[in-house]
Amino acid sequence: MTPANPKLENRIGESLSGAHIIWEALVREGVDVCFGYPGGAIMPAYDAMIEYPIHHVLTRHEQGASHMADGYARASGEVGVCIATSGPGATNLVTGIATAMLDSIPMVCITGQVPSQLIGSDAFQETDITGCTIPVTKHNYLVTKAEQIAPTIREAFYIARSGRPGPVVVDITKDAQQQSCVFEWKDDEIVLPGYRPDYAPLAEQLEDAVELIKNAKRPILFSGHGVVKAQATETLMEFVEKTNIPVACTLLGLGGFPATHPRNLGMMGMHGEIWVNKAIQEADLIIAVGMRFDDRVTGNLKTYAQNAKKIHIELDPAEINKNVHVDVPIVGDARTILKKLLPHVDKCDRPEWLAYIEKIQGGSTVKDIKNLPDMGKLYAAHVIHDLYRLTEGKALVVTDVGQHQMWEAQYYKHDYPRKLITSGGLGTMGFALPAAIGAKFAKPDDSVWVICGDGGFQMTQAELSTCAQEGIKVNVAIINNGFLGMVRQWQEFFFGGRYVATPMLSPDFVKIADAHALTGIRVEKRSEVEEAVRKAEATEGTVVIDFRVEQEDSVYPMVPAGADLGDMIERPHKPGTHDHNPIFETGEDD
Amino acid sequence: MSQSVKRTFAVFVEDKPGVLNRVASLFRRRSFNIDSLNVGATHEAGVSRMTIVCDADDDKAKRIEANLYKMVNVLWVDDITHKQSINRVLALIKVNCNRDQRDEILKICDVFRARAIDMSPDRITIEITGPQDKVEGLVSVLRPFGILELVQTGTVAMTRGVEKHGLAHPTVPASRNSAV
Repeated sequence: MTPANPKLENRIGESLSGAHIIWEALVREGVDVCFGYPGGAIMPAYDAMIEYPIHHVLTRHEQGASHMADGYARASGEVGVCIATSGPGATNLVTGIATAMLDSIPMVCITGQVPSQLIGSDAFQETDITGCTIPVTKHNYLVTKAEQIAPTIREAFYIARSGRPGPVVVDITKDAQQQSCVFEWKDDEIVLPGYRPDYAPLAEQLEDAVELIKNAKRPILFSGHGVVKAQATETLMEFVEKTNIPVACTLLGLGGFPATHPRNLGMMGMHGEIWVNKAIQEADLIIAVGMRFDDRVTGNLKTYAQNAKKIHIELDPAEINKNVHVDVPIVGDARTILKKLLPHVDKCDRPEWLAYIEKIQGGSTVKDIKNLPDMGKLYAAHVIHDLYRLTEGKALVVTDVGQHQMWEAQYYKHDYPRKLITSGGLGTMGFALPAAIGAKFAKPDDSVWVICGDGGFQMTQAELSTCAQEGIKVNVAIINNGFLGMVRQWQEFFFGGRYVATPMLSPDFVKIADAHALTGIRVEKRSEVEEAVRKAEATEGTVVIDFRVEQEDSVYPMVPAGADLGDMIERPHKPGTHDHNPIFETGEDD
Repeated sequence: MSQSVKRTFAVFVEDKPGVLNRVASLFRRRSFNIDSLNVGATHEAGVSRMTIVCDADDDKAKRIEANLYKMVNVLWVDDITHKQSINRVLALIKVNCNRDQRDEILKICDVFRARAIDMSPDRITIEITGPQDKVEGLVSVLRPFGILELVQTGTVAMTRGVEKHGLAHPTVPASRNSAV
């Protein structure tokens, strides 16, 4: 249970207002920072906050608050907390809540609600936020009495962090905050009659899995977000080193298994490596660990990995057979299941399969992209690769959504879990900057880099002001191509090159940084990248670098939405011609 | 893939505000089409019982069950489609009926074990309970007389015999695996 906070005076048994009880409960749940925005219906809670050892970060928009709580949770593995008022304050949280829901992020959102006697009267700033958030939360509560507040917040944290994590909304009426009651806090185990997150696999499923692994000639293992969440990295390494099964990662699984490990093939799916998708299509066994066969991973389901038997190790029973029919489902968390399997699988060298993969890898990869000519142009891939080299792969990188997100996944090699934060499931533009602020609060000693596009940055750039007010340092690399790049790419490929509503005029980002008394740098040539990155790392306070990259570059390779996984669009390669584009497929570091 | 058939789920839920909304919302957002949904109190305080009928094959039925279990307020889900069970709907049917037709309609009611519960000079109201197909049978026989109004409940269902769990009200088992 939560250790008592030494800064917290013991007020159990005293009569406290609901507003005080909110903070009593949060502190007891281990919260020391929360992200929010005050307003009428949550004012009593804000008024009481000052008495508690909690740092409140004032955001510039409630969406920023929910993304910050999300970023905090992803970086730390703890529950992130955001707080907002009723009505528009609460609805502004919703994008961030949905983002957390799709990526299974533990989060508790406290919202104010109009006084209980006004509920249903269309009162000023009244929104049915529990109704609104049913589809995008793991669970939610409407609290109308002070005495319900402490047990509800306890339950909310328990639900948010246990099992497959997710966001929980606690909507508290203003009168519940204003009433007083005797504060009670229980430390016993929470038992909810309808909620049991503890799953045990069946012995025969484990046996079936071992048998399949034993007989497989061309196995491949998928490492998903569940590996990161279950802290299964070490167990997975042992498993892979014993069995020599090559590993492919999902976007959210990057870092769960070291990118530079010889058995790691890279990312799978729509913008995955060609050889990974090819290996999947030719595999005779897939061991999917903590992933959910998203459509961006599988492509056309009818032709997906038809020759492969499938073992699905997954915490959430509702994911079993949802998209892909599997032969052996094993419900449980990644680390527990891998640990159970480990002693029963055979040591194996599989020289033929590994040699075959090396062969298909060798044919399509450029060994070291840093030696490729830039022809005086600035490519996003070069920027991200240089960033990877200069930060020695150790930065905590937070990406937004779009082309830069895919380039980051391809060129920034993540060797450690929880060092890549990105909105994978919902694909929320505007996520990166606020999520990075949250991550920085969780990991103040990490070098935090935002990589975002010019479009996504402008969605939440107001949070630069939060950076300035909080005096925190994140480095922002804007991959500025003057377009909504991924949409432009789809228009180029699939909509006859009609660039509708994708060219984008942006403000001068250096001046934007300047206006916040922050540092802004513009980079137009590759030769300037290193200096800019070094300067950003050395500068106190948040730095914004405006990388003016090639405008009409595309992310390759690509599986068009719904196409067969093996059916990839490769980068047009015209060596020697003037418009020769130097970046092929994805690169590998030396 | 097995065939899509009409499935009947008995779902025990906590009797709390908004639970019906949560369950209905789940079916809507996962595109599980509900044929009928019935909810009412049980003999146990604080526990309501839903009977949900929907089309699903075996895989989908398991996912419906697993998704229902993900809801914090859902206590127990029983797919009773293939169990020995009693299924009932209740219908009230108001039919045109003049003096000359009364005998015939009352005989029809006898055949279907339905009851006349209200009568006026030119119409009659009939109550029937039974499985859905029996109700549909009666309706089709009455249709030529001219049906003025029809209202029916969704299915309520109960398995025959003694429940294996033997609990006053069942809760989620400690260790379960819907993938079995």
